[in-house]
Amino acid sequence: MGKKVFIVIAAYNEEHSIPKVVSGLRRAGYKDIVVVDDGSKDKTFQAALNAGATVLQHIINRGQGAALKTGIDYAVQEGADIIVTFDADGQHRVEDLPAMIKPVESGKYDVTFGSRFLTKESQKNVPFLRKVYLKVGVLILLVFYGVKMTDAHNGFRALSQKAAKKIRITADRMAHASEIVEEVHRLKLKYKEVPVIIRYTELTLKKGHGSFMEGCRILYTMIMKKFLLR
Amino acid sequence: MNISVLQIIVVVFALFAWSRAILRLKDRKIAISEFIFWTVIWAAVIVTSLLPATANAVSTFFGISRPIDLAIYVSILLLLYLMFRMYVKHEQLEQEMTKLVREVAVRLPKRK
Repeated sequence: MGKKVFIVIAAYNEEHSIPKVVSGLRRAGYKDIVVVDDGSKDKTFQAALNAGATVLQHIINRGQGAALKTGIDYAVQEGADIIVTFDADGQHRVEDLPAMIKPVESGKYDVTFGSRFLTKESQKNVPFLRKVYLKVGVLILLVFYGVKMTDAHNGFRALSQKAAKKIRITADRMAHASEIVEEVHRLKLKYKEVPVIIRYTELTLKKGHGSFMEGCRILYTMIMKKFLLR
Repeated sequence: MNISVLQIIVVVFALFAWSRAILRLKDRKIAISEFIFWTVIWAAVIVTSLLPATANAVSTFFGISRPIDLAIYVSILLLLYLMFRMYVKHEQLEQEMTKLVREVAVRLPKRK
């Protein structure tokens, strides 16, 4: 141990779930928790603050990608050795953290990605339709960047300081997940997928990341970025 | 040569617009390249209004029988190009806005 681990959480209108997530992390011994309140309309800011997190506030909503980047930049500035991106609505389990951090901590890998599809146990609770979308996502990564992964869109990642400094996130919204994979590939960073269990609650399902329209929008952003802007 | 009222109006308007372009060039509000662009545009307007036959010649040169068709094709291309420019500009603005919001956030971390 001894490495400085920062947990970065992007939160938009999560006043109900954020206290539990932050206090769960604190109970497990993680002290440096950075919540980026992405211009929430509810009391996310105060809730995260009361729970004991360091809170950065986007004065207007800029999207999850932008918020994570803000948190990552801040963590690097504060001297973090390892930066974990964690979900605000309780999808990720604190119990999975050590396994996510270890490969980066040992210095063998620059980045770890949480994956739902490495073990039977971790994928059995993934709803069917979501599985289909996620596999399409995986296929797109393969076609676009030639990266073969089992799952890259669940938001659970650990980055070394070096990786965090190098990776450029320009997609403000949901396309950042694919962008990070692209960056890891472009920078030839060493990465590893780690099995994690994602908790699906009614709330997270209703929010519908991974809905069809969302997927189309991500694809659109990726194509525009790849062919027009670079 | 018979000149209709409409032709006179168009020519006067084009000259007026062109004079504005000269003024903007003088006080350096537009670049020389932009000035040339507008000069070409207004010159084309004047020529086609006074000598409609030239428009015919131009469109036949491009293998299009009616000048109006050529005008429509050119406009569509131009609009597409402008849309692309606007898309890029919009994206730049979005990114600058994000940068600004991020800068404010990182400078003012709150802790209990």
